[in-house]
Amino acid sequence: MRRPSGWWRSPKPLVFGVCLVPLALLVLDGFQGRLGANPVETITHATGLWGLRLLLLTLSITPLRRLCGWNRLIAYRRMLGLFAFFYASLHLSTYLVFDQFFDLRAIWDDVLERPYITLGFSAFVLLVPLAVTSTNGWIRRLGKRWVTLHKLIYPAAILVSAHFLWLVKADYRESGIYALILALLLGYRLLPVRTGKRRRSRTAQANGAMGRVSR
Amino acid sequence: MLFKSPPDIRPSEITDQAVYLDRRRFLCTAAVTGAAVLAAPQLASAAVSLGEIKPGPFSTDEQPNSYDDITSYNNFYELGTGKSDPKVNARYLKTDPWSVTIDGEVSKPGTYALEDLLAPHAIEERTYRLRCVEAWSMVIPWNGIPLGDVLKRFEPTSRAKYVAFTSILDPENLPGQRRSVLDWPYVEGLRIDEAMHPLTLLAVGLYGEIMPNQNGAPIRLVVPWKYGFKSAKSIVRITLTEDQPPTSWNLSSAREYGFYSNVNPEVNHPRWSQAKERRIGEFFKRPTLPFNGYGDQVASLYNGMDLKANF
Repeated sequence: MRRPSGWWRSPKPLVFGVCLVPLALLVLDGFQGRLGANPVETITHATGLWGLRLLLLTLSITPLRRLCGWNRLIAYRRMLGLFAFFYASLHLSTYLVFDQFFDLRAIWDDVLERPYITLGFSAFVLLVPLAVTSTNGWIRRLGKRWVTLHKLIYPAAILVSAHFLWLVKADYRESGIYALILALLLGYRLLPVRTGKRRRSRTAQANGAMGRVSR
Repeated sequence: MLFKSPPDIRPSEITDQAVYLDRRRFLCTAAVTGAAVLAAPQLASAAVSLGEIKPGPFSTDEQPNSYDDITSYNNFYELGTGKSDPKVNARYLKTDPWSVTIDGEVSKPGTYALEDLLAPHAIEERTYRLRCVEAWSMVIPWNGIPLGDVLKRFEPTSRAKYVAFTSILDPENLPGQRRSVLDWPYVEGLRIDEAMHPLTLLAVGLYGEIMPNQNGAPIRLVVPWKYGFKSAKSIVRITLTEDQPPTSWNLSSAREYGFYSNVNPEVNHPRWSQAKERRIGEFFKRPTLPFNGYGDQVASLYNGMDLKANF
């Protein structure tokens, strides 16, 4: 904690800890033999689901700032985005290690031939540069181009959602709910921003994805 | 432990089979069971012994999956689409009384109480591999009777070319049937020669105990060389037909689930590979065998057929 005034002033460590809870629970379940009959599947589903949830949380920061004026939320967006990437990495690693055990041929066949794996893999590829350029140094170096680059989160999120929808056999309820939430979050961004009416919302928009830069 | 190995002691070895001869009599001995449950709380969900079971042919000597794995991880969409749902919702399946209607192209159609349907047959133990279309597999010690022996009693006519199976329809009780994930009731079908094949089983139990609700109580089909969804659960009607009957997953997505759905590592599901499978309880995937390893017994049924076209 950089600020001496206590965690309630800067609850970043708290948010960081909360983001690790799903992983901690998974590890705990693993050691207690509670991952069910198919532990690899349980791990794959849990890490994938938390990656998606954190991605949606990341995407909800801008609407929340605009709708509620909670501008301080911007301080958590990078952390949430990186945790989304963290869980996506665990999800992909589970597939590569436990599911295919580095069978490169089978993995390549999957990526090329299984649409839902193609989509999931593409989403991950799009998220990599975002994670890499999330440091203050890269934000400074890229300037305005940083904002443009980080718009990749939109196609990435759409790919993730499609990845989830496409692997379902018949029951689209769960994956459909997440797709709906994503549609709302992205649709909100298509709405014209009312300028002048609320100064706060204008500021929020001006800051936009550049929250970090303008700080 | 990340990966559980099957327990050394089977529930069937713990439950004293001599105490229970059939499930009807069991109802009268509920007090005894209560005591047994108290004495062994870990077996609280373990069901009732089937009584005398003779060893049957075709059993694999592979290590069976644990009773716990078999009864806590499976698909039974009538009880929910998640793989732990069937166990969680098992109580919503009402199996007593149960009767099965046999009709269509048979000389002796009729509706039979389950006990009467089973009465003339000796229950056999058949430990079969089960390969799910989702690329996981198990080894399950089923108890049941060959379907062919049952069908012969009702004298199929010369026009009987197929056998259709209908599962229970009870949307008031079955949570899964209140949503139209599939067209209810669940229907499945076999060609008559597949149905009469000695491997094909009408199962009424596993591990020596009556079929747990979540696995398709009280009577279900087991066709070990086909993907698991072909083996209809909780069967209420068996109809012999001249024409190929409609089947639930085929109606849901014809390009993904064919009528035959024989286990075939060469024919992938359009969305995932069928070349390998995860045997529940094992760390590494293992290669999937043609006809789930029962090729010696059943490959001849499909002589001259293009199995890629007739998937």
